[in-house]
Amino acid sequence: MRFGFNFWLGATLTALVIFAGILAPWIAPFDPVFNADLMNSELPPDATFWFGTDAQGRDVLTRTLYGAQISLTVGIVSQLINSLIGVTLGMTGGYWGGWWDDLVSGLTNVMLAIPSLIFALAVLAVLGPGLPSLLIALGLTNWSWTCRVARSSTLSLKSQGYVQAAKILGYGDMRIMFTQILPNMMGPILVMATLGMGSAVLSEAALSFIGLGIQPPSPSWGSMLTDARQLIQLAPWIAVFPGLAIFLTVLGFNLLGDGLRDSLDPHMRTRKP
Amino acid sequence: MFIFTIRRVLQTIPTVIVAALIIFVIFSVVPGTFATSLLADGKRAADPQLIARLNEELGLNKPLVERFATYITNLAHFNLGTSFRTRQPVINLITDRIWASFILASAAMMFALIVALPLGFIAALRPGSIVDTATMIGAVSGLSVPEFWLGLVLMYIFALQLNWLPSFGYGDGSFQNLILPAITLGVAPMALLARTTRAGVLDVLHSDFIRTAHAKGMSDVKVMRWHVARNALVLIITTVGLQFGSLVGQAVIIEKLFAWPGIGSLLVDSVAIRDIPVVQGTILVIVLWFLAINTAVDLIYAAIDPRIKQG
Repeated sequence: MRFGFNFWLGATLTALVIFAGILAPWIAPFDPVFNADLMNSELPPDATFWFGTDAQGRDVLTRTLYGAQISLTVGIVSQLINSLIGVTLGMTGGYWGGWWDDLVSGLTNVMLAIPSLIFALAVLAVLGPGLPSLLIALGLTNWSWTCRVARSSTLSLKSQGYVQAAKILGYGDMRIMFTQILPNMMGPILVMATLGMGSAVLSEAALSFIGLGIQPPSPSWGSMLTDARQLIQLAPWIAVFPGLAIFLTVLGFNLLGDGLRDSLDPHMRTRKP
Repeated sequence: MFIFTIRRVLQTIPTVIVAALIIFVIFSVVPGTFATSLLADGKRAADPQLIARLNEELGLNKPLVERFATYITNLAHFNLGTSFRTRQPVINLITDRIWASFILASAAMMFALIVALPLGFIAALRPGSIVDTATMIGAVSGLSVPEFWLGLVLMYIFALQLNWLPSFGYGDGSFQNLILPAITLGVAPMALLARTTRAGVLDVLHSDFIRTAHAKGMSDVKVMRWHVARNALVLIITTVGLQFGSLVGQAVIIEKLFAWPGIGSLLVDSVAIRDIPVVQGTILVIVLWFLAINTAVDLIYAAIDPRIKQG
C-alpha cells in the first residue's frame, strides 16, 4: 500500500505531539503547575521562557507540552470507547438483522440527530467536570457514524463467498464476525477512528475552554485559553501557543485519516488530471 | 409528492420521542443531584429536610416512569417545564433567544456558501492548480482549527487592535456585531462545503452523460449550467442542510465566547448551574431544529432529483 503526502505529514505531526506528551516530564524546562511565581507573571517570550509566562508566572511552553498528555488521553481513550460501541452495535446489527438491527438503526438515527458536543454537555451536566466525566461524555456520544459504516460494511461482507464458506464449515456467529468480517472492514473503521480522535481533541478543548472539562490548574490547552482570554489585550502570547497546539494536533489526526482513506480506497483518491 | 411529504414528516416523530427519552433518562440517573448541588454551600452537606422539600416541590420524588409520562404529556402541549433557577417557563426563555441563534446560523451559512461554492467549483475544474491546492489546504485547516480560538484571534485583531468591529454582544441586532461570530462559526461548514463541492463537481465531470453532452456538441457553458451545476447541487444541498441543521448545536461555544444571546449560551449557562429543565428543553429544541432542517432537505431534493423519490 502506498501512502501519500497527506498521510506522512499527518503521521509526522501526530508523532511529534505524542512525543511531546510522553517526553514532557524530561524536556519541559519547569514544573507545569507548581512553578508559579508572581514576580515572573505575564512575561513575553524570551530566552528563559520561550513561549512567555501566564498570569501566575508559569512557563507557557511547559504547560503546552504537558497539555499534549491530556488532549491525547481524551482523544484516544474516548475514541476507542466510541469505536468499540459503534463496531459492536453496527456489526451485530448488520449480521443478525431482525429486531436487533431495527433497534440499532433506530438508536443510531437518534444519536445522529443529537450533536455530539451537545450530548457531551448534557452528560457533563449530570456528572460534573473532570477527566473521567469527559472520557465518558465524549466516549458515549460520537459512535453513530462508526456504527453506520460498520453496519453497511457487514451487510455487504455477509454475502461474500468466504463468509458463506465459514458458515457452511459450521463456524459460530461470533467467530465469523471476529475472524471473517471484522478484519475486512478495519480500513474504514480505522479512518473513522483517526478522524474521530481529532474531533474529540477539539471537543475536549472547547469543553475545557467553557469551564466544563478539565479543571485548572491542570494544564489543558482549552483551560489555558480560558485564562488567556482574560488577558488577551495585555499578554496575547498566552493565547497563541495552546491554540496552535490544538490546531496542529487536530490537523495531524485529520491528515492522517484522510491519507489512510486515500490509500485504502482507490475510488476516494484525489483525482489527478 | 404530498404523500411523500407526509410520510417523511411522520418518520421524524419516533426519533423525537426517543431523543426526548434519552435526554430525560440522562438527567434521571443521578436522583437528587440538582437539589443537593443547589443547596450545598461548599462547607457542609445540605439539610436533608430541605433537600426532601425541594425534591417534592420540583416533583423529583415521583417514580421515573410517572415523571417521564408527565414530561411527554407536557411536551405535547409545548410545555417544557419551569426553570429551576429563574422560575420562568423554559419555553419563554428559549423563544426569547431562538431568533439570535437563527440569525447567527444563517449568517454563518451565507458566509460559508459565498466563499466555498466558487472555490470548490474552480478547484474541481482545475485539479492540481494553485487554486485547488490552496483551497484544499484551507479546507483541512478550517476543519482542524478550534473555532473558539479562531474567534479569540479574530476578536483580538479586528476588535481590540484595529477597533473595526465590536468584540462581543448582540448590539440590538446590529450587523457589525454579527460579523465576527458569523465568520468564526462559518469556517467549519465553509471548509466542508468547499471539499464537497469539489468532490461533487469532479464526480459529475467524469460521468457518462457529461461526455455525451460534449459529444453532441453542447457548449461548455451550457454543459456547466444544465448538467454539472444541477447534478452537483444535490450533493451540495445535502451538505448545506446537514451543516445548517447542526450549526445551532455547533454554535454553543461561539455564542458563549462572543456573549451572543442565543440558545447556545443559554444551554452552557444552564449546564454550569445544573438548571436541568432548561438544559433538557434547549437540547430538545436543538434536536428538533436538526430534524426539521433534515426533513426539509429531503423534501427539497426529492423535488430537484426525481430519482430519489422513487428510490
